[in-house]
Amino acid sequence: MDMQVAKKKLGLKERYAVMTRGLDWVPSYQKMEDIYPYMSYEGIKIHDWDKWEDPFRLTMDAYWKYQAEKERKLYAVLDAFNQNNGHLNVTDARYINTVKLFVSGISPLEYVAHRGFAHAGRQFPGAGPRVACLMQSLDEIRHAQTQVHAVANYNKYYNGMHDFHHAHDRVWFLSVPKSFFDDAITAGPFEFMVSIGFSFEYVLTNLLFVPFVSGAAYNGDMGTMTFGFSAQSDEARHMTLGLEVIKFILEQDPDNLPIVQRWIDKWTWRGYRVLTLVAMMMDYMLPKRTMSWKEAWEIYFEENGGALFKDLARYGITMPKCAEQIALEKDHLSHQAWSTFYNYAAAANFHTWVPDEDEMAWLSAKYPDSYDKYYRPRMEYWREQAAKGNRFYNKTLPMLCQTCQIPMVFTEPGDPTKICYREVDYKESKYHFCSDHCKAIFEHEPEKYVQAWLPVHQIYQGNCFPEGTDPTVEGFDPLAAVLDYYHFESGRDNLDFEGSEDQKNFDAWRGMATKNV
Amino acid sequence: MHIDLRTVTIKPLRHTFDNIARRLGADKPATRYQEGTLDMQQTANFHYRPTWDPDHQIYDASRTAIKMADWYAFKDPRQFYYGAYTMARAKQQDTAEANFDFVENRNLADTLPADVRATVLELLVPLRHVAWGSNMNNASICAYSYGTAFSQPGIYQAMDQLGIAQYLTRVGLLLGGVESLEVAKTSWMEGDAWQGLRRYVEDCMVIKDPVELFVAQNVALDGLLYPLVYETIVDDVLSAKGGTPVAMLTQFMTDWFTETKRWTDATMKTAAAESDENKAILAKWVIQWRDRAAAALLPVARIALNERTDALVAEVVQQFDARLIKSGVPL
Repeated sequence: MDMQVAKKKLGLKERYAVMTRGLDWVPSYQKMEDIYPYMSYEGIKIHDWDKWEDPFRLTMDAYWKYQAEKERKLYAVLDAFNQNNGHLNVTDARYINTVKLFVSGISPLEYVAHRGFAHAGRQFPGAGPRVACLMQSLDEIRHAQTQVHAVANYNKYYNGMHDFHHAHDRVWFLSVPKSFFDDAITAGPFEFMVSIGFSFEYVLTNLLFVPFVSGAAYNGDMGTMTFGFSAQSDEARHMTLGLEVIKFILEQDPDNLPIVQRWIDKWTWRGYRVLTLVAMMMDYMLPKRTMSWKEAWEIYFEENGGALFKDLARYGITMPKCAEQIALEKDHLSHQAWSTFYNYAAAANFHTWVPDEDEMAWLSAKYPDSYDKYYRPRMEYWREQAAKGNRFYNKTLPMLCQTCQIPMVFTEPGDPTKICYREVDYKESKYHFCSDHCKAIFEHEPEKYVQAWLPVHQIYQGNCFPEGTDPTVEGFDPLAAVLDYYHFESGRDNLDFEGSEDQKNFDAWRGMATKNV
Repeated sequence: MHIDLRTVTIKPLRHTFDNIARRLGADKPATRYQEGTLDMQQTANFHYRPTWDPDHQIYDASRTAIKMADWYAFKDPRQFYYGAYTMARAKQQDTAEANFDFVENRNLADTLPADVRATVLELLVPLRHVAWGSNMNNASICAYSYGTAFSQPGIYQAMDQLGIAQYLTRVGLLLGGVESLEVAKTSWMEGDAWQGLRRYVEDCMVIKDPVELFVAQNVALDGLLYPLVYETIVDDVLSAKGGTPVAMLTQFMTDWFTETKRWTDATMKTAAAESDENKAILAKWVIQWRDRAAAALLPVARIALNERTDALVAEVVQQFDARLIKSGVPL
């Protein structure tokens, strides 16, 4: 062989191709269907994996270099934040409840995403999507860990997040985000990619990730803000992957269209229901608001999402039908959610409160068609009652929707005075739903959704008490037993913000840090 | 000398999360490795069974025959969480990049003796496919094993192996151009010397037990391949023939193996120490996969070692056995 021949120079695209798909081969000692056993049962048809367009071209050397640089900066900020009592710089102590909601509701999902993308990144027969998924799997463990590390400092000083892993697997409202991700990772690999890669990362990320990070930035939480900004370029990669997945699947075979459309419909709705928690966070929990839930929905879904679905129309994809109902709910969602948590504050790991006069004025201005008419009177009444020493805590357990697992508190589309109930009879049992969309999701896959671990059912069945509890003894307090099972410290982790240990400590500590007394 | 900078001190309510305190036995400050690892994986009240594996929960310890009272008994001695991992690799990447630059800028590739160059192209370049197989197998380990302490290093190992496959690709491009990659792929697919190894790698891809896969891939195959190829062939045999630039191009792999075997050894030690039953299963797997790996590597090693092959492979196997026995696996 003549070694002096000038070597062919590769372009970037070709170079990336030899660095990834060039490594792959068609096996002959084992069958394709044994190596990639989950590729056919969802009904998606892929004819040519080589048609996959790599959404980003990052080799491992470059990945390590960029990511390490970001990590160095992030941890330098976190260290400074910890050393300098950064937690005392937040707008007011109510803000910290957002952090509690985030670490117990959202951070564990980053971890599931990590495992889910490892699974998808193993199972696709195409080398291109496998590499992209594995890189996302690696990013997702980054997000889970940096969030835990950022929140670790808050946990040292404030209540409600001291056992968040334990809580995530058990607490009634945390089954909403948990069941969402459990639903995605137990679906087939293609549906997982549409649910998380596309619907969640691409369509809804601006309504989840962005509000939390912007909220942190607006409220002086440098730790959370920094991990958020540090994750931004990762998220951008994930979004391009999500979009490429959809386009690739749709371009491969026309039979894929109805399947993908159904998944988009389902996951937009599933995702939106999880965003209920974000909606109330934006409108009620951030002392300094970034924008209202309604505005966020209009900008990020109706405008941006509208443009996206217009773009996807050439594949035959249409705007999910549930968007119509979501538009009807946008004046109500956050208020109904906050009211629910205000009711159940004895059983939550964060504090609730009635908005103050200025905040009510903000809500009236942002929700001129609904707040004063339906929600302000209710909140003013609660405020009056609390002032008289009658802070109301609801101790009766609510009925949950079998699909989204949110208490059945949402109203009929178009009639905010009437609770929406739907039901289905299936194999001698009755199942309840908050909406037509949750009902339709159940009806398509009843065998999946009958398995749901519904917290309220489980409590009533006696499965949510500490081991050895005897519910038949006189004076048995079921709520106290459930809180024990959750590892909540009643009186510290739960109840109203007013009078809480968090409130007192924050005031005292801020005084120590700013005054000489 | 000591200077006393003052900060406002507030007594914290607690030093770490409760789950960590329970494991440490006291509420004391935890490391970032501990906070980023312990109990990260969900353990209870899963909502649905995987449609792709209805016999198991989403995370299910019964996917493996190995039994552990506590899957967080495993500890990565490198204490790798994402930040520590990427920073360690970025540093190695800096060295690797400097090495590639050094070899390229001085045209050291052109000074390689022809037989060394031929050996590198014939032996090292097809190994990029082996590393790619390991990428897939470690993705499996990460996805289907139980407990973050065990699963987390799986994703790091998977991406390391992708990195190694890419370094080997660059070695091929540097020494033989893009054609060398095609030649190497043909050897991998059709060459007699490679079929045992390819069969081994493909057989690993259908192993369902994540700990067995860990043994087959990370313990047995890599435990023989890296000492044989990078420590014995590249660093000794080829260097002695004027192939030192090759050792520079593969320094990442040599350093990487020295580092990662601390993790594989610690993992084997913990699993074996758990019970006699585990010991017996691990020993069975190690022996079975070691023998297959050694046999598959013989014809590959022969490319560089010729008549010394049997002796050197035997030596590597002997060292491997000593390593495993030290980890408490009865061979």
